[in-house]
Amino acid sequence: MSFQDISKIAGSAMAAQTVRLNTVASNLANADSVAGSEGETYRARKPVFTAVMDGSGNAGGQVQVMDVVESDEPLRRVYEPGHPMANADGMVFYPNVNQVAEMTDMMSASRAFETNVEVLGRIKSMQQSLLKLGEA
Amino acid sequence: MGINFKEVLGVHSDALHLRADRTRVLAANIANENTPGFQAMDMDFGSALQQLQDNSAGLLSTDDDASALYRVPYHPSRDGNTVEIGVEQAAFSQNATDFQTSLTFVNMKIKGLAKAIAGQ
Repeated sequence: MSFQDISKIAGSAMAAQTVRLNTVASNLANADSVAGSEGETYRARKPVFTAVMDGSGNAGGQVQVMDVVESDEPLRRVYEPGHPMANADGMVFYPNVNQVAEMTDMMSASRAFETNVEVLGRIKSMQQSLLKLGEA
Repeated sequence: MGINFKEVLGVHSDALHLRADRTRVLAANIANENTPGFQAMDMDFGSALQQLQDNSAGLLSTDDDASALYRVPYHPSRDGNTVEIGVEQAAFSQNATDFQTSLTFVNMKIKGLAKAIAGQ
């Protein structure tokens, strides 16, 4: 039954957007997590979405999070010799989290989530009225 | 003399099936709003319905998706995703309403039959 497929598709999108919101939360929470070396510094995480087509060749497919990759944008180096994490040169490393971009990403993710909730709601009412077929 | 439901319900049962199918396609578009490189699809409803009607065996052959087409975006985006959420939401909403319409027609046909059987 195709209604089940639709629920699965909307559900997969909601799961994917939840992963995206998770990365945003992690990035924003760690925006100021300072480290003394480049290797130890937190890097912004980004999910990679991909569409999964079902075998039957039907149009449309579910969303899957393929991977969560770390951003390779340069870290922010700041000269803070008094900082307890500072290295021998007095430098500390701040994560490469772009807070403005993260906020817009968050809005986009939550809107997309809501859209899929709406889809599910619509499917539900369609299915319910189909069940009432032939009733008075 | 039996009742041929296929004849009684006419185009509406096929339309109902296609509407449900189109809902799935549009839901997939909405779900993949943020998937890079995803190409939004839709179906040519008229030709799909014609195809379904011409199929005299009454078998539902929507699986081969001969009527599935790619949507042409108004504003191409750099990541190759052709989903435009407003367009998809409008199409989804319209499709849901059309589904209800087909459903109402089917329901009216069935009620008509029930009335005839009851002899009222």
